[in-house]
Formats: sequence, structure tokens, C-alpha cells
Amino acid sequence: MNEKVVGSLLITKSKRRSEIFREVKKNQLIYLMILPGLLYFIIYKYFPMYGLIIAFQDYKPYLGITGSPWVGMAHFERLFTDPMFWTIFKNTLILFAMNLLIFFPIPIILALMLNEVLATKFKRTVQTLVYIPHFMSWVIIVSIGYVMLSMDGGIINELLIMFGFEKINFLLNESWFRPMYILQVIWREMGWGTIIYLAAMSAVDPGMYEAARIDGASRLRQAWHITLPSIRSVIVVLIILKIGDVLELGFEHVYLLLNAMNRNVAEIFDTYVYTVGLRQGQFSYSTAVGFFKSFIGLILVICANWLSKKAGEEGIF
Amino acid sequence: MVHDRTIGSRIFNIVNYSLLGLIALLTILPFIHVVGGSFTTSAELAARSFVLIPTDWSMAAYRYIFSTNTIFRALGVSVLVTVGGTLFSMLLTSLMAYGLSRRNLPGRKYMMFAVIFTMLFNGGMIPTFLIVQYTGLLDSLLALIIPVSINVFNMIILKSFFQNLPEGLEESAKIDGCNDLGIFFRIVIPLSMPAIATISLFYAVTYWNTYLHAILYLNDAAKWPIQVLLRQIVVLATGMNYDSADFTEAAPPDQSVKMAVIVVATVPVLMVYPFLQKYFAKGALVGSIKG
Repeated sequence: MNEKVVGSLLITKSKRRSEIFREVKKNQLIYLMILPGLLYFIIYKYFPMYGLIIAFQDYKPYLGITGSPWVGMAHFERLFTDPMFWTIFKNTLILFAMNLLIFFPIPIILALMLNEVLATKFKRTVQTLVYIPHFMSWVIIVSIGYVMLSMDGGIINELLIMFGFEKINFLLNESWFRPMYILQVIWREMGWGTIIYLAAMSAVDPGMYEAARIDGASRLRQAWHITLPSIRSVIVVLIILKIGDVLELGFEHVYLLLNAMNRNVAEIFDTYVYTVGLRQGQFSYSTAVGFFKSFIGLILVICANWLSKKAGEEGIF
Repeated sequence: MVHDRTIGSRIFNIVNYSLLGLIALLTILPFIHVVGGSFTTSAELAARSFVLIPTDWSMAAYRYIFSTNTIFRALGVSVLVTVGGTLFSMLLTSLMAYGLSRRNLPGRKYMMFAVIFTMLFNGGMIPTFLIVQYTGLLDSLLALIIPVSINVFNMIILKSFFQNLPEGLEESAKIDGCNDLGIFFRIVIPLSMPAIATISLFYAVTYWNTYLHAILYLNDAAKWPIQVLLRQIVVLATGMNYDSADFTEAAPPDQSVKMAVIVVATVPVLMVYPFLQKYFAKGALVGSIKG
């Protein structure tokens, strides 16, 4: 290589660098505006990620994150031999499966139904009503469930008696926890979940329905063969995001439903981290439990994304 | 879309409309039940005749819950956190969103990646708790605000909105000698009021509903927001007792008191709901999420 080329390369490099420098200087104020937000992410999102190293330490509050002694994989070894591990693993998995198999299709069906409504006022009213629960906190949702299902004076039990049945202790009964959980998820999120599908459906070319109608396709067939396929990519993206949430089932919701009587089926990773970590003060062990959970979650998202790309869909990254 | 008027299509419509009506009704029935129940007398509840609309109206449950300071204090905390939190969040979120909406800003891609990555992976409950402790927020109302001050989704929505503003406006302001901060506060914010209002409402609802962070970071019962108090009263049935010396009236039926507290915690959200709904019904938000 001759000197000329090297020289010109050096010149372009330094020129580019000075250009970037000039651009940065020109945007000083912009960086200043981003700074508070960036600090927030660094302190409250990235420092905790660094804090994950206490999962490999024996964390002592007076020694801090940097000074506590290292214990290697001890906490993870304890996790896999913890008798609770398989229980919470199973419970988490079952709630996730219920979310994916029972809840996930409901907003799609509801959106398909809404999409067929021509009376704008009716459609708007239904939408307005079904979106409401999404804006209520889990505390309100669970509390309403509580007063309705309560043994003394709850409407559901009163109705059961009225029709000659026995009272059921929904709130303290192991076998009622899962149905109660998924019903509350459906109640709160069913309507809100339709928004993104409805937006995708509004982009479908009306000419396709026209053509299908001329070919004699019924309304159901049109929904099945035109509307549904045209929102497929949205569905795939939302499935991937849902799978990423595999182990994030809403700590708040489950925690609010959890009690001494249903612990066997209701304890999941998040609630276990809370109980062991903050209630019992075993910071390192509970961090290891949480780390294991987030790690699995991340791997699952990457796998789901890879699968969807393999199947010819876009994926999320 | 114009649909044909075949018999099949008509049957489809009837079934579809009735099902949707039923779903909408089932969604709000529990709310009506609770509101009705909060205005019922103990006699009616005991007679088990009450379902939705009370025949015998009574304010006893409300008189009972408002007979002490407990609920006023919790409501005050919630209002404070909601107003303060929304202002603080909007300031940080919109400043950052505006900065990141500049397409040719050096380092923009890396910053966006750093922000989005936090949606896929995070340190989790305990390390975050420790950082909150290190930064001295434990047992302070600031712990309900600062550790959650930016919601990534909200930030991205605002960023897309700012990106779609005409660039010429900023150029001309710059020529007139306005700096970036001036452009942001005097031109961009006034032009973006619909988006700013929507995101503010979303933040406000989130802050009003805050529960998790209160039980994680606050030990002092005097600092409890309404959601924590609601949980105590409804599920644990102890909340009103921690300073029960305040109570002078005889206790009305548990059920209607619980319902009244639920209503009190719900009403503020229902009041802003029509405004919220006005914006997201337009689909403006969804469009920007996709983009």
C-alpha cells in the first residue's frame, strides 16, 4: 500500500472525527436535555443490573455490593435443591400456559367481532366499556373480586345459595386460584388487548372483502380468510412479547391473590423473591432466584424471535 | 365497508351484536354492583335482596370511612404522588424524547438501544431495592416517583410524535436566534399538546394506581397511598384499626364499607377516563407505537 492512500485514509478519519465533534458541540443543549433521562436509566435500570452480582456473593448490607465475599454458584445450587423450586417452577409455567392458551386468543376474537360492527356508535360504546378495567389497579380488580366472592355476603355465594347450591370458599381454596386468576386477567385486559389488532385490521384493503363477497364468501369466512391472515404479523410480534413475559406474570396481581391457604398453587418466582428477599432478608439468595427467572425470560424471547424469523415473519429485533 | 343483506349475514349481525352487548355488560356489572352496594343499608345487605340498585339508600358506609383522618391522609398522599410524579415524569420523558427525536444526533442509536434493552432485561426486585436504598429514597414518597420516572413506551410514543413535527419550524426558529431549549419549550411543547396531555394522563393513572412500590419501599403506614389502604381494608380488614381510637360511630356492615373504599379509590380514574378515551379512540397513539 502506498503512502498516499494511507495518508488520505488518515485525513478522512480525522475529518470524520472532527465532523462528529462539531456535531456534538452544536447539539450541546440537546445532550443536556437527554442527560436527566439517561441518568435515570443508568441509576435505576443499569445499576440494578450490576447489582445482580450479589447473586454470586454472600451479600451483607454493611459490606455493600462491592465488599461482600464471593461464593460462586452456591446460591444457584441451593435454588435447584430448594424443595420450593419445583413448586414455583410448575406454578409459574401453568399460569404462563393459561395466559398464552386461554387469555391470548380472546382479544383477537373480540377484535374480529368488533371489526364486523358497522354501527359506529354501538362499536364506540362497547369499546369504551370494555377498556375501563384496564385503567383500574390490580388492587381494585382483586378487591372487587374479593367482595363479590367473599363467604360472608359476597354476591356470588348469595346467588349460589339462592339456586340451592353450597357456598364455595373461592378465596381460600387451592383449586379456585387459577380460574380466579385468569378470569381477572381476562376481565382487566381483554378490551385493551383489542386496540392493536383493531388498528391492524383497519389497514386491510376493503377491495379484498368486495372480491370475497362476489365469490360468495360468508362473513365468517371473510373474517377467517382475510382479516385474520392480514393481522398475522401483529399476532406473531405480540406472541413473542408475551413469551418474553413468561416469567413476568404480574407480581402485583398474584401477590394480591396469594394467601396461606393457596400458597401451594399461587407461589411464583416473583412472589418467592419478595418473600425470601424482603421479608426474610436473604438478599443474595433471592437475587439468584430473580436472576434465574430473568435469564430464562431473555433466552425464551431470543428463541421465539429466532423461530418467527425462521417461519418467515419479521420478529421484534 | 358495505355488507350484503343475505340471511346469513343478518343472523351473523344479530349474534355478533348480542354477544358484544353481553360482553360489555358483563365487564361493567361488577362496578355497578360495587357502587350500588356502597350506598346500601345493612338491613338490605342482610336480607340478601341486593344485587345492583339499592332500594334503601344510605350514606352510612361513606360517613364511616370519612369519620377518621386515615382515608383523607391516604388520598392526600395519592394526590401528591400523582401530581408530583406526573409533572416530574413528563419533564424527564419529554426532554429525553425530544433529544432522541433528532435523527442525526451522534450516539442516538446507542442511547435508544440502551433504553429499549431495559424492556427485555432488568436487575429485578432485590437489586433495584438495594439501589433505591443506596440513593436514600427508602421510606420517602420520592421512592414512588423517581425509580419509575420514565416509562419506555411513553417515551417512544412521544419521540415518534416529535419526529413527525415539520422540521422547517425548528429551522426557522433557529435562524431567528432561538436555542434548542427555547425551541423545545416555546414551539415543540405547544404544538404537541394532544400528545403531551395523553401521556400525562397515562402517567397520572399509573401513579394513582401505585401499589407495588409502596409496599416495597414504604414502611411507615402514615405514608400509604390509597391503594395500599384499600388493600388493607378489603382483604386484610385491619386498615381502619391501626388508629381505631378515632372511630366513634358503630361499625356498619363490612361489605358496604369495603365497597365504599373501592369506589373512592376508583372514582378519580373514572373521572379522567373520558379524556383518555378521547385520544386513544382516534388511534393516534397506536399509529405512533407501530412507527
